Amino acid sequence: MSAIDIDAEVDTNPLVTGLERQPVRSTAVVIFGAMGDLASRKLLPGIYNLAHEGALPERTALIGVSRSSMTDEAFRAHARESIDRFSRRRPDPDVLDGLLANFSYVSGTFDEEALYKKLDDALGALDEGVGTPLNRIFYLSTAPEFFPVIASRLGEAGLNVADDAEVRVVIEKPIGYDLASARAQNVAVLEYFAESQVFRIDHYLGKETVQNLMALRFANALFEPVWNRNFIDNVQITAAEDIGIGTRAGYYEGAGALRDLVQNHMLQLLALLAMEPPTAFEANRLRDEKVKVLEAIAPPALDEVADMAVRAQYAAGVVSGAESVGYREEPGVAEDSRTETYVALQLFINNWRWAGVPFYLRTGKRMTRKLTEIAVTLRPVPHIAFQGPDSEEVQPNQIILTLQPDEAVSVSLGAKVPGTKMQIRPVNMEFHYGTSFLSESPEAYERLILDVMRGDATLFTRNDEVEALWRIIDPILAAWAQDTESPIPQYPAGSAGPIEATELLDGRSWRRL
Amino acid sequence: MSEARWSESDTSPERIDAALRELLRERHAENETLVPARVLNLVVIADREWRGEVVNRLERVGRYHPSRTILCTVEDNRRTIDGYATVSGDVSSGGGVGVLRESVEISLGAMHTGRIDTIIDPILIPELPTVVWSPHSQDDAVEALLALADVILIDTDDPVYFDGPGAALARAADLLESDVDVVDLAWLRTIAWRERLAGSFADPSRAGLLDGLRRIYIRHHDASIVSALLLTGWLASRLGWVPSSLEPAAGGARQATASRAGGGPSIGIEFNPVAQSVRGLSGVTVTGSSGFSLSFERAPGGLIAREQKAGSKPREWQLFGASRGEAGILGEGVRQALIRDHIYGPALQAARSFSQ
Repeated sequence: MSAIDIDAEVDTNPLVTGLERQPVRSTAVVIFGAMGDLASRKLLPGIYNLAHEGALPERTALIGVSRSSMTDEAFRAHARESIDRFSRRRPDPDVLDGLLANFSYVSGTFDEEALYKKLDDALGALDEGVGTPLNRIFYLSTAPEFFPVIASRLGEAGLNVADDAEVRVVIEKPIGYDLASARAQNVAVLEYFAESQVFRIDHYLGKETVQNLMALRFANALFEPVWNRNFIDNVQITAAEDIGIGTRAGYYEGAGALRDLVQNHMLQLLALLAMEPPTAFEANRLRDEKVKVLEAIAPPALDEVADMAVRAQYAAGVVSGAESVGYREEPGVAEDSRTETYVALQLFINNWRWAGVPFYLRTGKRMTRKLTEIAVTLRPVPHIAFQGPDSEEVQPNQIILTLQPDEAVSVSLGAKVPGTKMQIRPVNMEFHYGTSFLSESPEAYERLILDVMRGDATLFTRNDEVEALWRIIDPILAAWAQDTESPIPQYPAGSAGPIEATELLDGRSWRRL
Repeated sequence: MSEARWSESDTSPERIDAALRELLRERHAENETLVPARVLNLVVIADREWRGEVVNRLERVGRYHPSRTILCTVEDNRRTIDGYATVSGDVSSGGGVGVLRESVEISLGAMHTGRIDTIIDPILIPELPTVVWSPHSQDDAVEALLALADVILIDTDDPVYFDGPGAALARAADLLESDVDVVDLAWLRTIAWRERLAGSFADPSRAGLLDGLRRIYIRHHDASIVSALLLTGWLASRLGWVPSSLEPAAGGARQATASRAGGGPSIGIEFNPVAQSVRGLSGVTVTGSSGFSLSFERAPGGLIAREQKAGSKPREWQLFGASRGEAGILGEGVRQALIRDHIYGPALQAARSFSQ
């Protein structure tokens, strides 16, 4: 909801003024792929938790859609089991029973016209029962190849619009597997839905720490004066996982680390870190700034890729004291697979604020430990007055934003070691989210589902943003696809990544994991 | 779970503060992933005889826990100060930090309460907001602590400690004028009702009906007339109504009217006490012109809504939401101490107009 919409709402309904939780209009949520993993683990528990908190609209109905033939009762039993198992809190039986009574199920294949007729009837019956048209959310929790067909079938059935109600469509990542397919997907979806109706989810943006990144930058005068090329030497963004691919070989072999994490989550972090301050925390103004900074990253030419990108795979190693197989030995992975489980990139943002400052991104599976962080390293002080060998300990300041495993911000400072000598050591000033706000943060999906219900697209990815993201990644994918001969660097499972990645750093070092 | 305790009879604030620092140092030395929470100081002043009840409520506060809780229990004839300190925390299993919480209990005498600020001040974490809660209305202690407090937690619904709703609302208004924020548990008991009423009239199908409201009928726990008045005060302050004084009605009920600032028909308001095990409201019905009525009734798993519109059949549905319980209300009070509520003040003033 934009600021203008909220003002209009306050004019007609003064009761909403000052409420911490603004009202949300009654909504029917249709989940395509309702029997899938995402729906079971995140969407159904997320909707339950919103109900538990009293955050759902006055009327909320949910229609599960999937290929399996199933009764409403069987779907409710499945939903109850998912919520019992994956909800972040123990369900209240009265809330859960009441919520499930509003769940129903429609079966069919996604390209089948009859499915959409059944959906139209079901939604019409809900409107009739409630006595007012419900807003509609079509949540595409399916494989991406179904997005265009579902969007077009919804459009052909006239379900992309509703009299006196808003219709929104939610699309999960991946949005395409390269620039061309992302564009094709956007075109297919936008043929029937206006951009303002489309909510492309990157659940990273729903995390409290990611939102706190904006608070840190734009609610504190401390950082902005040094947030530029004059004071910042380099930025490292790390998303390391200690786990392997598990049972996801089918997906991962076709995706790889670049598509799985860099194209979306990590570049989003980069954009939020580097964008100009938006004039208001409002969907399009924020996304305008993100697009500007993404468009300022020059995509590499094919022959430049080797100098700015490193890919690798984990080899056998030891993780947490246990032997671990290499990627190519994982079940479902080809023996000669060239899919990367590790990526490191060196990117430059060509604008006045950031020209010449390298942004290093790295992500990998089966690494030393699970860690997601952004490390901003400032330039060294121009002159060190402390003479002698002790001055070697004067390190550049670093601002570290940790997203996982803790949500924290720390600033490293040089401080005198107690004693008679002027010895300097780096010390950390730390802010841990968990110690300063003891409340439990809502799951990212809860926040994002509620935002879709409100029509607030601030934390969702716009089509031009998706294309800007792919424009950076596409040449790297193309160069790697062309190169079918060079050996893929290997790194031992449980290590900090391949040695080749240090070559990107121009003499600098990766931060320790 | 990591826990360390300290206690000392006939102690001093400086000794308690030193003990806390030592306990924190020990915990951190034992496990460097244990770090102290730094959210807020919660100072509780309670009668000694009700200590157990207050401790129970604090223990069940849930996820909105303050980081340093200082419970002062007051005995009439005590002359010395005894101190107990506990530092406890859970070691994180996921490789992250474990959060340490500090609890202090101070046994003191009635003779100490007038200058309790000199006892509490050395034990506060200075850079954190300080919340003061006196569930048994130790007003002299609260007055002494006003200069240290950022937020006063109060429950204007508590009939034992206020001589009627007028006195309770007047006390809250006095505190609001003394440069502290007030978090009123009676007000927090109305959150779900306010959100649901506001949400109902945000629905396009009820556009315009807000201007035509004619009657408000509130059912409440026998001890929660102030919650009912605050809800009505909120409606009056938001909708520009001018309230009249409460009048007694049959069966322990009370009634009032409100006139619209811009003219038009007045609004009849009724408050009816009902048997209910938990404090707060039991039901709200708003009735408008042309046969419209909407009611919310407390029920397991949320509220039951019933709507009647002219020419339509009655509808009934469930509004989801788990009950917080009284411990949850206190927890919400602690959370609200970190944010600012700008609509409580106007609602309180309007509620006072009903009660005068």
